[in-house]
Parts: sequence; structure tokens; C-alpha cells
Amino acid sequence: MSNVLVLIELSSTGEVRSTAPELIAAAARLGTPVAVLAVKPGTGADLAKTLGGFGAAQVYVGESDQVGSALVAPQLEALASAVAALDPSAIIVANSNDSRDVAGRLAARLGAALVIDAVDLKSDGGKVVATHSVFGGAYTVESTVDGGLGIVVLRQGAVEERAAAGKGELTTVALDLGADSFAVIDSVEPAVASGRPDLRGATRVVSGGRGIGSEANFALVEQLADVLGAAVGASRAAVDAGYVPQAMQVGQTGTTVSPQLYVALGISGAIQHRAGMQTAKTIVVINKDADAPLFDIADFGVVGDVFTVVPQLIEAINARKSK
Amino acid sequence: MKIVVLIKQVPDTYEDRKLNTATGILERDASEKVIDDVTERALEVALTHKDSDKSTEVVALSMGPASVTDSLRKALASGADSAVHVLDEALDGSDAGWTASVLAAALKRTGFDLIIAGNESTDGRGGVVPAMIAEHLGLAHLSYLNSVELTDSTASGVRAGEDGTSTVHVGLPAVLSVTDRLPEPRFPNFKGIMGAKKKPLETITVSELELDPAFPGLARSVVLSTAVRPARTSGTKVVDEGNAGVELAEFLAAQRLI
Repeated sequence: MSNVLVLIELSSTGEVRSTAPELIAAAARLGTPVAVLAVKPGTGADLAKTLGGFGAAQVYVGESDQVGSALVAPQLEALASAVAALDPSAIIVANSNDSRDVAGRLAARLGAALVIDAVDLKSDGGKVVATHSVFGGAYTVESTVDGGLGIVVLRQGAVEERAAAGKGELTTVALDLGADSFAVIDSVEPAVASGRPDLRGATRVVSGGRGIGSEANFALVEQLADVLGAAVGASRAAVDAGYVPQAMQVGQTGTTVSPQLYVALGISGAIQHRAGMQTAKTIVVINKDADAPLFDIADFGVVGDVFTVVPQLIEAINARKSK
Repeated sequence: MKIVVLIKQVPDTYEDRKLNTATGILERDASEKVIDDVTERALEVALTHKDSDKSTEVVALSMGPASVTDSLRKALASGADSAVHVLDEALDGSDAGWTASVLAAALKRTGFDLIIAGNESTDGRGGVVPAMIAEHLGLAHLSYLNSVELTDSTASGVRAGEDGTSTVHVGLPAVLSVTDRLPEPRFPNFKGIMGAKKKPLETITVSELELDPAFPGLARSVVLSTAVRPARTSGTKVVDEGNAGVELAEFLAAQRLI
């Protein structure tokens, strides 16, 4: 089977990011998964064990002192080096800010085609066929690559299965970032850990809108999220009103989510919000306005006051848990 | 300093947007066409710099069909000094690779000290074209900027990442891409709108950029099929009469969600 490279992302503190297992599982559908990553010298061996556990047959580690200070350049050079060494049939990266930057540069360098924001991936007679969900899920588009190598940018959370453990055979190379210009990272400000799942890729999301009324009232959204083990989101109206930071925005210009369960509290459902969540498997809407457009796509809608319905819901869920 | 801002025209996100199900290509006539908000914010970064340093030259560059002229006129009305429109039927249905090749060639032709783009458009949402252009031009790329500080020789700012933000900097020339956290764009005033009619708006074709419109050697993404997702139908809708929270919990349990 041909090699399929996946770009493994590390957090600013050097841990493997949560996208690794799904990227490797997606690669296993197409060929032999090879995990590629850039690390500071001497730190690759432990990571290779982890990645082998996720299903990587090989782990290709590029070492550079500039990991953590050069913006995406070490990752780019590690992947470019792996392409030259391993002649892959496809490359898969996560749809994240860093990996998109790497994918774009590598595609331009190699004349490769970008397969953007794939939500599903298969091999059809040796060709990579990707599925895309366009305009917030209004259209389903299938695409393939013509005339050369494809670099697939895979939507986070799109692949649910996990690959069987692989050998994780380690190859280490020294990276030369060369004279190419790159941007410099001066300092990193880690996001305050909320203890909740990340919005992107979350299997459950509870979002609040303008109807929540205030920053303080948003605690109710968080309480429901916590009993459901869900990530917390918000509509643009709630963000614009200053209830929550912009990072929590779900919608066209925020995060696109496709969870198993999406609960919308006090959100009317502007077209821009729907574009970010309408592919959720189950949608629950609670709003006191019976004419809120979001009810049109709700699997279960409650016309009522979130401040009475949600506490009762939390109590009912807790009662079931304690049974 | 010469700043080239990449402008993209997109279907208005406040309306229904349509794809042609036979070709998979955007139906540009199906909805109102507007400048993508994030590219207007990119323009605002350049115009703010021009406010503080009058010697700054701002060029608006776009690739797209004839309607793109309206968006470039708006950029001129807001304060850009000139505009360049790459207009060629051979580019219809371009993927990110073609687009980046064409824009990079156009940038070489216009010249620049700094290139500013939006991080991703609201239609394609690929977020890869600025990085591709940077690679074509051999430039550093400062991406996903939530804030921007410019001097004559450097750009710096706060970059949005997956698990937090980072402070980053780069020497010029470089490519910057900005997020919609940047300040809202200014509105063109009457004087600007009248003045825009006299500003240069150049139209160029692929052959003038000395590119082969077949893009030999470049792999490309091709659409196999396009289908309209079946409309979601609404399920149960109850009016709370004091018990809706319990009913909802029963629904979630029946769906094995709790």
C-alpha cells in the first residue's frame, strides 16, 4: 500500500493535539499511515510511541531548534522532507490555522492540489474522493484530485473511527529551515483552560444567544453544557452584545460545528448562525418566541422561558444520572 | 510603502447562496454580491496606515468576473489609490491553486512592500490562498492576525491559534492575513465615491500575466458531484406548560444522548 502522510500538530507545550487519532484513521482508509511532525531535537521518541498507538506505521520526525519560535516553517519543512523521502499518494492535515498555512505553502511549492475542508474521505480505484459540506451544509459536494498529488484539509471531528495500533517505526531527520523567510513567534498566550471540550470537533454543543440576556446569565448555558459534557457556544448576537468572547461564536464567521447534539438557548436562528450548526445530528431549540426560525430545523423545540425550562432539564438529567 | 490589499467578492451571507448542481460552481447571479467583510477589514488596516503616513500607496487587487469591478470601485471610494482586476473567462471555476498562481503573478507585476488579505472568505472558507501566495513569492506569512502593528520595515500582531494566541512579528516585505477581529471598515463618503471615478482601475488578462491558462504541471481539485442537502424538517415542538424540561430530558434519553 502507498504511504499517506498526516501532519501531526503539537500544542505549544509539546503534547500531541487531539486531532492526531482522526487524521491517522483517515489515512488508514487510503493507505499506510505515516505520522509527520516537527519537534525540538531529542523529543521525538516518546511521541512516536503515542502515534504508533494511534495507528501510525511510521513516524517521520523532523528536528529543529526553531520549533516553537518559527511560525509553521518547521512543520512545512518536515512535511516537505517526508514527501521527498516517502513518495506519498496523499497528504492529510487538520483544518486548523497552523495546518492550513502548512498545506497552502506545500501545495504551492509542489504544484499539489488542495482538497479543502473535507468532511469525509475514501479511496475510489486509487483516487482520493473527498466529501465537502458547502454553505453551512446546504450542499454536499464530492471532489477528487486531477493531475498529481492531493493535500486533504480534513475538518476536525469529521472522522469518528480509530485505526488499529501500528508499529510507529521512527525516522528522525534534521530540518534545514534554510534562507526562506518565515515569521517569528515572540510569545504564546495559552487559552484559559475551561475544562470543557473544544468547540471545534465537539460531539455536543450548548449555545446561548441574545435571549440569554447578559454575561452573568450565561452561567445557565455553562451549567447545561456541564451536565451534558458539552462545549459552550454562542450566536453572533450574544458575542456582539458582549456576553461571551468571540472565540465562542458558532456560525458563518465563527466556528462551524457538526455535533451529535446541538442545544440552542435563546437563539432565534439567523441564516449566518444556521450555516454554522445545521449539520448537527440532533438539534434542540428552547426559545420563548414561537416564531424563531431555528424551530424549523429543530428535532425537539420548546416554546418557553429558558430560565425555567433549562433548570428543570438539568434537574431531570441529574435525576436520571443518579438512578 | 506600497500596500496591496487582496479583495474578494462573495455572495452575501445574509441571503441564500447557491451552487450550480451540474458544475459545482458558484451561481454568482443567485444572490447579492458584496465585498467579503474580512477583506474590507484588510483594506482598513492599509488605510489606517495611510492615515498616519500619507506617502503610503494602497492598491486593491482582485480576481473574478466583471461584477468584481463594483467591489474594487468601493475599495477606491474607501480610500485605495488604484485597483487591479484580473478578469479572464479562462479563470472561471478556478480552484485555490490557480487563484494563488494568478494573484502571485499579478502581485509581481504591481510590485509591493506589503500584501494584506483576509484569512478566509465566507464562500470557499479554504483559508489557504494567502499562504500559497507567500510561497509563490518566497515571502514570510503572518496569518490569522487579530491585531496588526505596522512600521516601515516590520509587521507584528496577535495571531489566533488552536490553543490560544501568540505574539508574532516579521520583516517586510511579507504577506499578512487578518481575521474579522480587526476593526470594522470605514464607509466611503460622498467625496470618496465621486473621487473613485477618477482613480485608475486596470483590467488585466491571464496572457498579460504571461501565464498559461491551462496551468501545466499543477494538480487541481475537481468536483465530481454536487447535491442539495435535503431540507431539514422540524420534529416535535412543545409549548412549555410547566413540564417541558422533563419532556426534553425524556427525548434526549430516548435518543441515547443522556
